[in-house]
Amino acid sequence: MDRKNAAVIKKRIFHPYAVVGLIPAIFFLLFYFYPLSGILVKSFSLEGGRNLSFLDQVFGSPRMMKVIWFTFWQAGISTLLTLVCAFPCAFVLSRYTFRGKRTIRILASIPFVLPAVVVAAAFQACFGDKPFFFGITIDQPLVLILLAHVFYNFSVMLRILTGFWSSLQGRISEAAMVLGASPAKVFLTVTLPLLKPAIFAASALVFIFCFSSFGIILILGGPSYSTIEAEIYRQAAHLFNLPLASFLSLIQITFTFLLMWGYTSFTRRTARFSPDTEQIHLKPPVQLGEKLLIAGVVLFIFCLCVVPLLALVAASLTHAGKMTLVFYQALFVNTTGSIFYIPPFYAIKNSLLFAVVSLLIALTTGICAALFIRFCDRKFSSRWSNFFDPIFMLPLSTSAVTLGFGIIITLDKPPLNLRTSIFLIPIAHALVGFPFVVRAILPALRAIPEQFSEAASMLGASPLAVFKAIDLPLMAKALVAGAIFAFTISLGEFGATIFTSRPETPTIPVAIYRFLSQPGAMNYGQAMAISTILMLVTAAGFVAIEHFRKESTEGF
Amino acid sequence: MKLQLFPIVLCLLVTTLFSCSRSEEKPETTQPSPAEIPVITIMTHDSFSVSKGVFEQFEKKLQAKLVIYQSGDAGEALNKAILAKNNPLADIFYGVDSTFLSRALKADMFIPYTPQHLDTVDKSLQLDPENRLVPVDFGDVCLNYDIEWFKDHNLPPPTRLEDLIKPEYLGLTVVQNPATSSPGLAFLLATISRFGEDGYLDYWQKLKANKVEITNGWKDAYWGKFTAASEGDRPIVVSYASSPAAEVFYSETKLSKAPTAVVLENNSAFRQIEFAGILKGTTKLELAQKAMDFILSAEFQEDIPLQMFVFPANSTAALPLVFQEHAQRAESPAFLDPQLIEAKREIWLREWTERMLQ
Repeated sequence: MDRKNAAVIKKRIFHPYAVVGLIPAIFFLLFYFYPLSGILVKSFSLEGGRNLSFLDQVFGSPRMMKVIWFTFWQAGISTLLTLVCAFPCAFVLSRYTFRGKRTIRILASIPFVLPAVVVAAAFQACFGDKPFFFGITIDQPLVLILLAHVFYNFSVMLRILTGFWSSLQGRISEAAMVLGASPAKVFLTVTLPLLKPAIFAASALVFIFCFSSFGIILILGGPSYSTIEAEIYRQAAHLFNLPLASFLSLIQITFTFLLMWGYTSFTRRTARFSPDTEQIHLKPPVQLGEKLLIAGVVLFIFCLCVVPLLALVAASLTHAGKMTLVFYQALFVNTTGSIFYIPPFYAIKNSLLFAVVSLLIALTTGICAALFIRFCDRKFSSRWSNFFDPIFMLPLSTSAVTLGFGIIITLDKPPLNLRTSIFLIPIAHALVGFPFVVRAILPALRAIPEQFSEAASMLGASPLAVFKAIDLPLMAKALVAGAIFAFTISLGEFGATIFTSRPETPTIPVAIYRFLSQPGAMNYGQAMAISTILMLVTAAGFVAIEHFRKESTEGF
Repeated sequence: MKLQLFPIVLCLLVTTLFSCSRSEEKPETTQPSPAEIPVITIMTHDSFSVSKGVFEQFEKKLQAKLVIYQSGDAGEALNKAILAKNNPLADIFYGVDSTFLSRALKADMFIPYTPQHLDTVDKSLQLDPENRLVPVDFGDVCLNYDIEWFKDHNLPPPTRLEDLIKPEYLGLTVVQNPATSSPGLAFLLATISRFGEDGYLDYWQKLKANKVEITNGWKDAYWGKFTAASEGDRPIVVSYASSPAAEVFYSETKLSKAPTAVVLENNSAFRQIEFAGILKGTTKLELAQKAMDFILSAEFQEDIPLQMFVFPANSTAALPLVFQEHAQRAESPAFLDPQLIEAKREIWLREWTERMLQ
């Protein structure tokens, strides 16, 4: 028995899925682990690193301990709130088909691209002293932080849950109902256990995102609230205390690894089921209750995601109480003759170009990584996948300034002299987008029964054919969710902290920041105008991505 | 089968986009053959800017191609340069803030050079006797206030730091966290210079009692809280003495009078000086020296005000009209020795944070 197993493993070790694992591995070693280890080694060999004084600066400081505690606390609460908000919406979106569903889904994803300072402005407009939104005024920074995190991450939760939920076979729950189970019982004993992997996958992503939140905490929280990420930036960029910054980065990275490790071990035994690609269970609402439910969900998404966006659009179109297009017109004029003036179409083009390239990198490496993890799942004990899966999540919680410093000191010699290379931009974007792709498609991929591919290979299909005919169509929906995140992250990434950039290739977020760095009403108005353009470009990108999917699955 | 369309279309899209950007770059690169033209690189922070005309003059004067790298905010850009000092990213670094001066000099990464026109620069700006770093521009960080608001509320606008702790100024001021913001740090240093190392915390304690608001960055204070620029409720903000000029310059209908004014009297402003220097390890020393000459020449210096909204270091450089009318310089700004700042920065910030944010 044992010998037979060993023979199988030996034969399968050169399986193409094992080889594809090399692609993300090389990508990761080169652009993540190498720079990171470079800066860690450098920091801990400095004087302040060798004498371990950073330990006392962390554990001996009540303020730092408070910061660490707050980081965990706010991430936990934000994740929980996001889950509570997104769960009912995902239920409705994955069950019913109705007019405007696609639009509302696209609108819900736009907040993800907006720079924190713009979101802060939107919230200020909505909940500030002259409230735009039902007269609600919020001046509690903590409430604003949590609200902004929900606003940002709602679409992550929603997309992953909906993508997975709508691929759940309706027949299992229908069977349970026929057998006399109450809806509550069906939900608790059938749907919820089946959904568990997606819930955990999405929650883990959102948690890590909030855990390493930076702009939102800094701007909306004000100075009374700080997170580990913000502290790293402060120590590295302003105080130049590299040992302490590196130690805090290590804490962040280690924790992320442990969290994801625990999570993957926990969800190892995921429910297996046959995914249903024909969407027969998507139905239009018939009863009044169903219609009300949909109306409620649409209204909720509208209030949460769309109203703050509308406030921005309104700010870009009004000056001194009058409707005007003057801010949009001004975008096309280089007032100061600056060499760094950014023509709007040029910024849009750059943003799209970087987004598409990083999308391609993230998708390729993401699919390879997910295939590899599943391969490990099946062929070896899950110890291996338990190890690789969390590693791929690390870039999400690695401080940009730490990684940026690492790149400066490591990627500085040919053939990898990338410190000022334009390619660093899509690479860095892909590094952050890639975990989203993995997280979105892995549950779907794992849910495909092994027998499918075994049957196909037995009938003579090559692994590539198996991938194209079985895996790819079955995970198409999840893949689109992942692609949207990779695309959005790139569009919204300001990321000057990672790069030493040549200013010739500015993106839209860079333009927004440049406007907001000088006083004057025109600057503010133009920042709002170009934020509005960013939203439109994002929405157009989503439509394009979803359109590809539609085309590709309809033939299936 | 149609699934294959997706990657194909994406690849097509990328190639077209790439070819678009290439074709746009062509006219620049085809004129002179790039092999013969030397390249001079300037590393700087994100706020750096120069006008097209002056940029071209720069290249013409040097007979070189000019490349500019922006590497984050002032602190971050300098730290990156320090990390890369054994294999520098550039020939020149522009924009060492006076509060970081002694850190930059300690890193031993600049080559001493006395550029032409340095004699036009006020002696008080020249803080490095060896001229490894020479001053290129400066700006005064000070209180800005909303003129209209004070008129409407029949309150005299502030004239000194002490005014902010008066009871009638309760809840009127917004400042930045010195740990995360460079004007915030400058303002903290102004208070230390004014009230001394022993007295400044008392002053801040009183500010706190007078409900001062603290934000992390200049953007959130100015665009989020300042009555003259946002929906906020704070008519006094820490900003630059040139901010009123920017308000006029970037107004929608050209204003004749700035909506905001500044407080410069009674040593209440802190002067931030920016320095530039030649990085050790440059292979084009002569060219870099010529570039430094140009940076201090009237041509480049006269471009600075409208590009970066700070004052040129060269005192012979003519100021644009909007600066002459609406921007001011402090007569006697607050001053602290850069060495003292570097030595005490962390302690002051810790004390301040403990007092103000706990």
